[in-house]
Amino acid sequence: MSLLEIENLHAGIDGKEILKGLDLTVNAGEVHAIMGPNGSGKSTLAYVLAGKQNYAPTAGEVRFDGLNLFDMEPDERAARGLFLAFQYPLEIPGVATMTFLRTALNAQRKKRGEAELSTPEFLKKVRGLAKMLGVDQEMLRRAVNVGFSGGEKKRNEILQMALLEPRLAVLDETDSGLDIDALKIVADGVNRLRGPGRSFVVITHYQRLLNYIVPDLVHVLSKGRIVKTGGKELALELEARGYAEYQEEVAA
Amino acid sequence: MNALADVTVMKTAAETALANAYSEARARLPGGDAIAAQRAAAFDIFAKQGLPHRRVEDWKYTDLRALMRDAKPLANPPDAAAKARAGTAGSLLGDVECRRIVFVDGAFVPELSDTAALEAGLTVGSLAAALADGVSTLAEKLGKLAPASDVAVALNTALMGDGAVIRIGAGSTIERPLHLIFVASEKPAASFVRSLVVVERGARVMLIESHEGPAGSDYQVNAALELFVGDGAHVDHVKIIGEGAEALHVSTLAAAIGAKARFNTFTFTIGGAVVRNQLFLNFDGEDTVAGIRGATLIKGRQHADTTLVANHIARNCQSREVFKSVLDDEAHGVFQGRIIVKPGAQQTDAKMMTRALLLSERAEADNKPELEIFADDVQCGHGATAGALDRELKFYLMARGIPAAEAEALLIQAFLGEAIEGIEHAGLREALMDSVSAWLRARA
Repeated sequence: MSLLEIENLHAGIDGKEILKGLDLTVNAGEVHAIMGPNGSGKSTLAYVLAGKQNYAPTAGEVRFDGLNLFDMEPDERAARGLFLAFQYPLEIPGVATMTFLRTALNAQRKKRGEAELSTPEFLKKVRGLAKMLGVDQEMLRRAVNVGFSGGEKKRNEILQMALLEPRLAVLDETDSGLDIDALKIVADGVNRLRGPGRSFVVITHYQRLLNYIVPDLVHVLSKGRIVKTGGKELALELEARGYAEYQEEVAA
Repeated sequence: MNALADVTVMKTAAETALANAYSEARARLPGGDAIAAQRAAAFDIFAKQGLPHRRVEDWKYTDLRALMRDAKPLANPPDAAAKARAGTAGSLLGDVECRRIVFVDGAFVPELSDTAALEAGLTVGSLAAALADGVSTLAEKLGKLAPASDVAVALNTALMGDGAVIRIGAGSTIERPLHLIFVASEKPAASFVRSLVVVERGARVMLIESHEGPAGSDYQVNAALELFVGDGAHVDHVKIIGEGAEALHVSTLAAAIGAKARFNTFTFTIGGAVVRNQLFLNFDGEDTVAGIRGATLIKGRQHADTTLVANHIARNCQSREVFKSVLDDEAHGVFQGRIIVKPGAQQTDAKMMTRALLLSERAEADNKPELEIFADDVQCGHGATAGALDRELKFYLMARGIPAAEAEALLIQAFLGEAIEGIEHAGLREALMDSVSAWLRARA
């Protein structure tokens, strides 16, 4: 059974339709890249999947693990294994990063009927992941993302992903704003999590990230629909020739 | 005096009852002739002005004349049952180790209080006893700080029955916090408590006052504290207003702060049907640093008003004012904050921030910050916000698997945390955050 099945999805924000009949199937263990020009609906897709307010589906179906995704609140989707790495991670003044991570992990475990992690187990796990991802221990003591650089925020997203061990991670332009060293660290973090039970949807504007996270399939999104699907070589082709022909194709 | 005050207005039931209570009790209220004269002058102010109402600018958002339907009879001395019930009062503080000084219905209860083995430099007594004995320091200090023209203060002066009289001698450090516990008994009554605390030069103390009572009684409390902070002294004051759900609570802190002092005050307002918390702070000496903060958590139809006047008289003092309120259901929160910088108070650095978080569309927040600056070399600022919970932040938390109610609770704790973190005592900070958590759990 497919982990994620999107059929004829129409969705938008505040009455403006952005996704116009999108189809996508992601099987367990696969890495899909979604590329496309600005305004093609990449982030809208990410937000609709995660359940952001105002991003309402108007038609079509999305099944996650065989269940209707739209029957679930954002927290239920997360507990079932859906993770969105935000393009612009938010700052939460007054909430310590450790408190945030622990509350999130234990809330998910509780919803899945698993026991909460003890403090020593939790600390050991977080510290190990932080070390692997080059996240400073000092950052963990600060409020979530407050005073973090753009790169630190992105690494913090990957830290959350590694801790929460989702079955499907949607990375929304995780490469934007990263220098090459940070990009390698982030990609390394993702690659370590790759495995038969875990799938990724990597949304990106540039091919660069895909040198490090090698996808099984590449999709071109334009004007709210997937207009072409190919192997990893499609990304190189897009890098060389740009998106112009796909925009015209749909317009025609 | 405005012209309206001279017009004969029909007295409300509460005003009539207060006048009757005073004429009936004046002969037996404690104190000699000088105090009796002070009471009479204060009562006269009330008699002329009546209860403050919405056309009185300082009480615009808390129309006491409308909110106070009646005046309860003056409380009788507590009986054994009331004292027994008061034994567990002050539990909101958790396991913070304090010296407990207990008042039931406004009367000092020595058998519930811990006044044995006082630290060197500390004296603790009851106002009623001090007034009865004609202690001379009282005449010098009592009524010197609280603004006489304020009707709530005037009523307190006219009817004050008991309270704490505390002195911290010069240079003394009192390690154990002093906890003044004011608890109301089951019978709806009115108590007027007046406390006087003198912290002498270079002394250090933490003073906590908490106010509580039964949920089902519409009792009334008018509490005033006059606080003298000497030069170089360090005083942390925390007031917890945890009154019962139907109570009316009016309290006043009037402080005179000396030079090179450190002064922090924090008010935690969580209980009471109607609460008016007044702070009148005078910066009389140079180079003092003060933190003036508060957190309010109200729901249902609770009304809580914090009114602050920070009066910078001496030069080079720093004050930080941070007041946060969380308002649910039809609750009504009011913050009025006025910073005055007198001509001599050059190099004043005063910043005031007030923020209200509305959890319901029917909740109301009124913020009135004011700056009155008469010096030309100062740094002063204020900010005020009122709004709902940030939906983007809530979504971010939920996208990590945190359920809606828990996400809201985290954000509310973080919002109040900014004010509560200003409390220096770690145990007390935790106790207040625990109280916030309990409030949030009850909401969910």
